[in-house]
Formats: sequence, C-alpha cells, structure tokens
Amino acid sequence: MRVLAVVIRILKQFLHDKRTIALMIVAPIIVLTMLSLVFNGEELEVEIGVIDAPTSVIDMIDQENVSVIKLDSDINPEDRIKEENYDAILSFEEGKMNILLEGSDPSLSNGIINTIKQSSNTDTKSTPLSIEYLYGSQDMTTFDHFGPVLVGFFIFFFVFLIAGVSFLRERTQGTLERLLASPIKRSELVMGYVIGFGLFTTIQSSIIALYSIYVIDLKMEGSFMYVLLITVMLALSALTLGILLSAFAKNELQMIQFIPLVIVPQFFFAGLFNLETISDYLSWLGPLTPLYYGADALRDVMIRGQGFSEIWVDLLVLGGFSFVFIVMNVFALKKHRRI
Amino acid sequence: MTTNLIEAHVSKRFGKKTVLKDVAISLNKGEIFGLLGPSGSGKTTLVKLLCGIDEPSEGEVTVLNQKMPDLALIKRIGYMAQADALYHELTAKENLAFFASINGVKRTKRKERIQHVMKLVDLEDDLNKRVEAFSGGMKRRLSLAIALLHEPEILVLDEPTVGIDPALRNKIWETFETLRESGVLIVVTTHVMDEAERCSRLGMVRDGQLIASGTPDELKQETGASTIEHAFLSYGG
Ligand SMILES: Nc1ncnc2c1ncn2[C@@H]1O[C@H](COP(=O)(O)OP(=O)(O)OP(=O)(O)O)[C@@H](O)[C@H]1O
Ligand SMILES: [Mg+2]
Repeated sequence: MRVLAVVIRILKQFLHDKRTIALMIVAPIIVLTMLSLVFNGEELEVEIGVIDAPTSVIDMIDQENVSVIKLDSDINPEDRIKEENYDAILSFEEGKMNILLEGSDPSLSNGIINTIKQSSNTDTKSTPLSIEYLYGSQDMTTFDHFGPVLVGFFIFFFVFLIAGVSFLRERTQGTLERLLASPIKRSELVMGYVIGFGLFTTIQSSIIALYSIYVIDLKMEGSFMYVLLITVMLALSALTLGILLSAFAKNELQMIQFIPLVIVPQFFFAGLFNLETISDYLSWLGPLTPLYYGADALRDVMIRGQGFSEIWVDLLVLGGFSFVFIVMNVFALKKHRRI
Repeated sequence: MTTNLIEAHVSKRFGKKTVLKDVAISLNKGEIFGLLGPSGSGKTTLVKLLCGIDEPSEGEVTVLNQKMPDLALIKRIGYMAQADALYHELTAKENLAFFASINGVKRTKRKERIQHVMKLVDLEDDLNKRVEAFSGGMKRRLSLAIALLHEPEILVLDEPTVGIDPALRNKIWETFETLRESGVLIVVTTHVMDEAERCSRLGMVRDGQLIASGTPDELKQETGASTIEHAFLSYGG
C-alpha cells in the first residue's frame, strides 16, 4: 500500500516534469541518430586496383563512387596500398580471386566486399574468393557493432542520473526526513522507487529500442522482447546504483561528478574497445560493471540473433547487481532511521 | 509505569560536539508544551529525538512506556519539520494524498481529511496549485496541514507559524487549543512570545540544557518578570 503510494507519486512527478521525460527519451534518440549519421554516412569514393582481371568483372565493379584502376601484374599489392591510396586491390591468380583490403575502416571494407561479391556472383560464380586485410579484420563493423552498446549506455546513463538526483532531492528538500517520521519502512521506500522508476524506464527503454531498430535501422537479428528485457534489467541496475550513490552526494552537482567516475569507465569496458586490447591492469574492472553484461547481452541478441539460452547469465548477473544495490540502499537508509 | 505520554532523558552529540546535555522532560496528554531558546540552542535536535527521527547518544525517549524509535509509535505522531518538506513539482492535493496514504489515512476518509486540514490553514482554494507556485507562508501552512492530516495523538511542530500572518496565526493557535482540549499533546518550538504565553507549559533551552520549565506564570514568577519575553531574557536567552 505504501509502496503503491510512492510509485504513484513518482509517476505523477514525471508527468508534471515534461522536461525530464524529454531528457530521458528524446536525448538518447537524438544522440543515437547523430551517431548513426556519423558512422553510416554517404559512402566515400573508393579506389580499387585490379590485376589480371577479366573485363566482365571490371565492368561489374566499375560503378558510381568506385574507380577501378588496372595495375601491372608484377607489382606487390601490399606496397601499393601502403604507398598509394588504394582501398583494395583485386587480383586473379589461376582462376582464384584475391582481395586485399586496406581494412582500417570497416564500413568501407564491407562495402567493397559486397560490391565485389555481387559482381562475381553473377559472372564468375565458381571463382573461389579469398579475402585478406592489410589492417583491421573482418570482425570489425561500425555502428552495428557498437550500436547495442550505445543503446544500453544511454539508458543506463540517464536512468542513473535521474533516479540519483530525484532521491537526492528527497533528502535535500527534507521529504526523506518527513517520510522517516512516518511509519513507512525503509524497504517500502526503496521498492517504491524501484517500481516507480522501473515502470517509467520500461516505457523509456521500449521507445529508445524501437527507435534504434526501426528508425535508425540498427542491425537487429533477435527478438525485440529480449532487447526490452535486457534494457529494463540494465535500467534497474542503473536506478538502484544511482539511488545508492546519491547518499554520497550533497547536491545535484556532486551527483554529476559521479559521471566521469562511475559511468564513463563502464562505457570503455562495455565492449566498445576489445577487452583483450585493454591493459591487464584495468581489464579486470570490466566484469564488475553492469553495463558490461548489458552490452554483451544486447549484442548477442541484436547482432548475433541469439535467444534466452545465451543471455540468461547476463540477465541473472544484472538482476544480482540490482538486488545487491537494493539491499545496500535499505541498509544505507539506516543512517537516517535505524528501524 | 507512568501516565505520561512522552518521557525523555537524553544527551546528544554530533561528533565531539555535545548539542544536548542531560535533558529530561515528561509530557502529558492534553497539553501544549512550548520550547523556547536562542537559535542553535538545540530545540530542533530535541524534537527530532522526541519523534524518533534521530536517536539520543545517551539516555532514551519513551512514548507510552515504549522505547523510541518504533514504527507503531511513529504512526501516532505528526511531525512538522523546520524546513518545509514538500514535493515542489506536485500540487498541494497530490502532496496531501501522498502523505495521507503513507500515514495510513483510510481511503474513504482521505478526501474529507484533506478538505478539513486545508480549510484550517486557509488554503482550500489552492488545492490544485503546484507547490512551486506557493509563497513561503503558503508552503509553511501546507506543511502544517500535512502534519495534522492523520489526526495524530502527538503533534511535534518545529516553528510551525514562521512567515504566517497574525490573523491566520491566531486561527491556527485556536486549532491547537481545540486539539489540546480533545487530549492531543502538542510540542511546539517557537521564537514568538505571544505564542509562548498560550502554551500550557514552557521549557527554556540554552546551550543544549533545559534550564527551566513550568507554566508561563510560574516562569514569570520565578524570574520576577512581568512578561514571558522578560523572563526569557533573564534566563539569558
Ligand atoms: N547534523 C548535525 N551535525 C552537526 N551539528 C549539528 C547537526 N544538527 C544540529 N547541529 C548543531 O546542534 C546545535 C543545535 O542545533 P538545533 O538545530 O537543534 O538548534 P535550534 O535550537 O533548533 O536553532 P533554531 O532556533 O535556529 O532553529 C547547533 O549548534 C547546530 O550547529
Ligand atoms: Mg531549529
């Protein structure tokens, strides 16, 4: 009953505060849109060098944005790419087609591979194809690759901040004291916050996820319900962590100071960079952060199209984080009232 | 066993600083107990101990012979803090409805109670206004209304009438007197001398000590002063 009162109050506060609603939903959407435009923008002009290629193939690749340059057969493709600005060199040897990609820009590399594959499909169907990368690798993709991380990150970020600030206000404006002078239990207050914010973030998460998938056209192989489940679990850990850390902030500004300390590092460990390339001194931090699991699960579903059997461990860990934070919150409120 | 509603014998320290030294009071049903004392003397600290928000470093507070803090006892107390504890983005009505359900006011009685207390503080026309649009005095009155909402047997009010005009203040004190006659215990801190005169008993706090207590007349007699203000000053307030 008292939990319900807190839930209703939080939802009413949201309804009265259109700006915060806008911040939590519109801001992630704008940033995601901008990033998608930055990374999936107009295709660049590509230059492909060809060696010993049949004219039929050259005609097929030679399209808008692609300039094909015939090269002598005695050159070394690697040196050519290093010295001149070829994005790829296509060579034929004993009926086998080799592509050497410059490879530092994954979206470009994929574009080239697709173009060449398309043209060889229609013509030299049986030609074996080998692809090599000078720099980078085939596994690198751009927005599709870190899109899921970004979706998770923005939800985490805004929920953390708003929940933290609103609990902090409860303390600074004196309503926490008034609540603790009433028969509400500490756990009822915390649960009220979890459910109230939980309901709101479910709506927020679905809007952001729907937008990312259907408007920005983020790669989406798996089921939308899983994406929603993951983002809600991630938001839950963000809100319980936000409330917990608000106990250590004296004002809104101090809450914001947690961003570089708590939020930004999580972003690095969430798989934006390959964890194996992060120094061993730091990489152990990754598994201690909720976003690490949220991003992993989102990627499993959105990129790899995997289902519950792959993400349940991540969900369980996220649930564990939230549970621990909730218990710590109930405990932290002891500072204000023992019972 | 005593018949006293509240029995307290407490000391309170914040860190090394002693804020209350060995303060002992017992308060009864149907009285208005006023706490007077200079700023920083420890009045707020004392009333917070009485209603169980804070706990004493030494000693204890008992309400109805039971040790505080206790959730069942807290239910019977209405507390109004020195700062208005209100949700600014909500309307007055939403604030009242929230605290009514937190304090267990029955759903069927809620509407009637809200009307009643808002009438008392002369805010019945501002129910649907947001608190952020309230003046200082209006916020104070709403805060008081919330403390009265669940008809507590014990009211602990920390400077309830600051920023409220004399006519309305008089009306509010008439309400306090009606409540007292019905058996409610009211503990009130104040800096206003005419309010002190209307208390059944007064406690003088200075530097964390209760240096005198008694009815207004007793205190005047003791110091040979003609008004409470003079009595207050002669206690070094
Ligand atoms: N949480 C706290 N931590 C440290 N010191 C505190 C704390 N709360 C109060 N104090 C100190 O205790 C003393 C008494 O404060 P209190 O608020 O009880 O005074 P007061 O009598 O209510 O004053 P006023 O009339 O101005 O409201 C002050 O010196 C104050 O600095
Ligand atoms: Mg005070």
